[in-house]
Amino acid sequence: MRLKQSMNEHPFPLAGTVLTARASGALWWEAERLLAVSDLHLGKADRLARRAGALLPPYDTHETLTRLAAEIEALAPRTVICLGDSFDDDDAARDLPEPATDRLTALMAGRRWIWISGNHDPAPPDLGGTALAELALGPLRFRHIAEREAEGEVSGHYHPKMRRRLGGQSVARPCFLVDCRRAILPAFGAYTGGLATHAPVLDALMGADALAILTGPKALALPMRA
Amino acid sequence: MALPPPFADWFAARGWTVHPHQTAMLTRADAPSLLLIAPTGGGKTLAGFLPSLVEISENSAHGLHTLYISPLKALTADIRRNLGRPIEEMGLPIRVEDRTGDTSQARRRRQRADPPHILLTTPESLALLLSYEDAPRIFAGLRRVIVDELHALAESKRGDLLTLGLARLQSLCPGLRRVGLSATVEDPPALASFLAPTGAPCEILTADPGPPPDIAMLDTSAPPPWAGGGGRHAIPAVLDQIARHRTTLIFHNTRAQAELFFRDLWLANEDALPIAIHHGSLSREAREKVETAMTEGRLRAVVCTGSLDLGIDWGDVDLVIQVGAPKNVKRLVQRIGRANHRYNAPSKALLVPANRFEVVECMAALDAVRAGDLDGEPRGPGARDVLCQHILATAAAGPFDAEALFAEVRSAGPYADLTRPRFDACLDFAATGGYALRAYDRWQRLKQAPDGHWGLRDPRAAQRIRMNLGTIVEEETLKVRLRPARGGAPLGEVEEAFAATLTPGDTFLIGGQVVRYEALREMVVEVSRSPGRDPKIAVFAGTKFATSTRLAKRILAMFRAEDWPGLPAHTADWLALQRRVSALPERDRLLIETFPYEGRQHLCVYGFAGRNAQQTLGLLLTRRMEAAGLAPISFVASDYATLIWGLEPVDAPSDLMDSNELYTAFAGWLAGNAVMKRTFRTSAVIAGLIERNLPGQRKTGRQATFSSDILYDTLMRYDPDHVLLEITREEAMKGLVDFGRIEAMLARVRGRIDHRRLDRVSPLAAPLFLEAGRVPVKGAAEQRLIDEAAARLMTAAGLS
Repeated sequence: MRLKQSMNEHPFPLAGTVLTARASGALWWEAERLLAVSDLHLGKADRLARRAGALLPPYDTHETLTRLAAEIEALAPRTVICLGDSFDDDDAARDLPEPATDRLTALMAGRRWIWISGNHDPAPPDLGGTALAELALGPLRFRHIAEREAEGEVSGHYHPKMRRRLGGQSVARPCFLVDCRRAILPAFGAYTGGLATHAPVLDALMGADALAILTGPKALALPMRA
Repeated sequence: MALPPPFADWFAARGWTVHPHQTAMLTRADAPSLLLIAPTGGGKTLAGFLPSLVEISENSAHGLHTLYISPLKALTADIRRNLGRPIEEMGLPIRVEDRTGDTSQARRRRQRADPPHILLTTPESLALLLSYEDAPRIFAGLRRVIVDELHALAESKRGDLLTLGLARLQSLCPGLRRVGLSATVEDPPALASFLAPTGAPCEILTADPGPPPDIAMLDTSAPPPWAGGGGRHAIPAVLDQIARHRTTLIFHNTRAQAELFFRDLWLANEDALPIAIHHGSLSREAREKVETAMTEGRLRAVVCTGSLDLGIDWGDVDLVIQVGAPKNVKRLVQRIGRANHRYNAPSKALLVPANRFEVVECMAALDAVRAGDLDGEPRGPGARDVLCQHILATAAAGPFDAEALFAEVRSAGPYADLTRPRFDACLDFAATGGYALRAYDRWQRLKQAPDGHWGLRDPRAAQRIRMNLGTIVEEETLKVRLRPARGGAPLGEVEEAFAATLTPGDTFLIGGQVVRYEALREMVVEVSRSPGRDPKIAVFAGTKFATSTRLAKRILAMFRAEDWPGLPAHTADWLALQRRVSALPERDRLLIETFPYEGRQHLCVYGFAGRNAQQTLGLLLTRRMEAAGLAPISFVASDYATLIWGLEPVDAPSDLMDSNELYTAFAGWLAGNAVMKRTFRTSAVIAGLIERNLPGQRKTGRQATFSSDILYDTLMRYDPDHVLLEITREEAMKGLVDFGRIEAMLARVRGRIDHRRLDRVSPLAAPLFLEAGRVPVKGAAEQRLIDEAAARLMTAAGLS
């Protein structure tokens, strides 16, 4: 049995539910046994190579799926929601190498799997699971890009990342942004960058009480704007 | 070749005589490779160009005759003006143009279609020209290539890029003659073999070095402080010197120190002498303003850094002041040469030691200059990240045969000893990425045609390859502008990492003004003027030089003297006291002191291996101490010693110094180190694994770009033998890690370690306590500090 709260996670309330931000960057909804991850960007290295860009180390898809597998093994979710930009583009979803599709299929077996479409992967992937533009579940609404007036919303897209000095150390870590209306997830994919938490678009979306929950070695909450 | 009449008349009309080395260059005009070593102001550049001017004027064929390559864009523009005069006055039918990153697209296209007789350019622009399909046509008929400031280019990867370009040119134009122009260097034959094709002869001409320079230490009424680097105690004396000379250049080793010194100089500048500042982080507008004012003789002094080490003729400089120990005698000599650009007049220079130890170092440097004893580390083999880039650029120009390219690359001096397997690893990297997992069969960057030639799979790649040419990889910086953002004057740049530490209201120094941080908007740091406030200091990317091996050796030799009549009393007394209570370090022995201070146990190792190596030594020793349960807390390194403090006393420090065990610790430590990640980023950009952040690209937001650290970690995990990790290790060993100097020191010492157990701080160790840049021992302590800070913030915000 896992501990109720360890350094691996930080629980927070949203729309009457209790959600848990995991140090891995995944979101866990214990009551529904639901795991949400965002912005996997599978097939990114391959897409860049296809477009005559650089030939990046071709291990990103493997790395991302290994991290996802570890979360699924630790939590045994009934439902997994991928919050969009799961594939770096629609071709990447189609051309995913066989070992990767095999691993994905194994992860999907025996549970409900939902692909929310994102700006990178508008078409539903041909891999099984359910493809949706967005999903309402109890008081929560799952979509790729946050909408300003939403309540109880869980989204991704922005790859928030906090960069600041903390305890005399320079810290730069992907983070969740949460307030009483919404949660924005960090990118779960290996080859992903981040948008600074002080970017105007994030500043406009998040309320005065917003927290940033850093991912990485441990889930660590601090005020978003302190 | 003799000087033809129009030239002889032109010299005569100005009352000039031709320098002997200028004549010598003319008589040797047919030499396939020729290196001229001449002091600053010796008419070196004209000597290089004279044979070209004569040849072109006597045989005015169309097309490119001479290619001139210099390390500075500004220098090419300056040379264009300087050559323009004799050409115009003699009515020679010669067209001279420059081509750099600043040249307009239209002009560049025209130059490719119809090249001038003489083209002035930089190594990067040459690499770009060579990457075009029509390179053979552009360079058809090229006779001579002149490389200016060769000594400076040879010190960095730009030199590797240059020699690969020269090898390519030589294949395109087999009769090409190479001419190198250099300031005084310690090892001319090494520079000659860098310039000439591998194995080919290269004659060396040495111009009369002129009278010895007039140099001394600046007398200051206040003694220098025990530690620190600003030299601010010397401000009254420096102002006095400025007032007594026409134009003074004041060199500093770092941009931050130049900023601080400039500010304090102005606070004390009661006569309002016109004094300006110039360094690489200032905006181009700001630098050009200073350069113009300088050329027009409107300035009495310029506070500067290495940005003024090279090139442009400043005219009337009659005094050079070096603040802080010069670290390197060769660079000091070249800086001194900036004063008095007239041949046969002695250059005048003053040294300002910034702290007590630097008094010793400056004295050693003065002796070295007088003895003409120049230093310099031998150049390692050519960097292979540059080779990867060259292979890609070659493919952009058209299909190539690997065998022929390998032979061509080995004809470049730095790559003379390159083996075929090491070349092939770079070729494989360029073609497939070189991964253990062969993932890119369909998307290879280079493909082999049926005839065996390698070419681009997708011609669109050529454009991206060209955009990423060059070996200068900047730290990520942000522009600084006065508010309002769009109309505000640009002031310069700061490192992104520094900008991230700023909160609105913080103040820092840039371009000599104190500014207040207001906001970050679209990757521009907006500031307002904030006169009279105490500033935070901007951290600039300026290089911290390590004291050279040769200079360190001289310092250790000075320590062996009975007494030091040449040193100021305050410094001589300090050394004598050290000898009495402990010992002075010796060259073939290693002095280690241990002593308690303020409840902590201290260990001080006097390796004299230079700052980078002493820093590495600190990281390695604390790693071993941690393993031995000695609970090290932190350390600090200077050019001559490493001071470590911890909870437990070290009883047998010689056990820690075992070189085999140090090497094992080194290999383990290196993998996860920040220095490695930084080196990896540079090599990955040069080799073409990641693309440069071009201006404007980053504005669109950062989601698309991700840190090179992620690639480093991924490769370490899944492909630890990848060629780029190999290259990263090679480059880190040469550069910031400098493990070679630790090894050399240990080999020299051969176990002769003198351990002095003291009951208090020794005189030589005392300044280290004031040294900036303490390095905490990483580990559990780091996350604890972060946790505590986060908890305090949550409490303060009422959120916990």
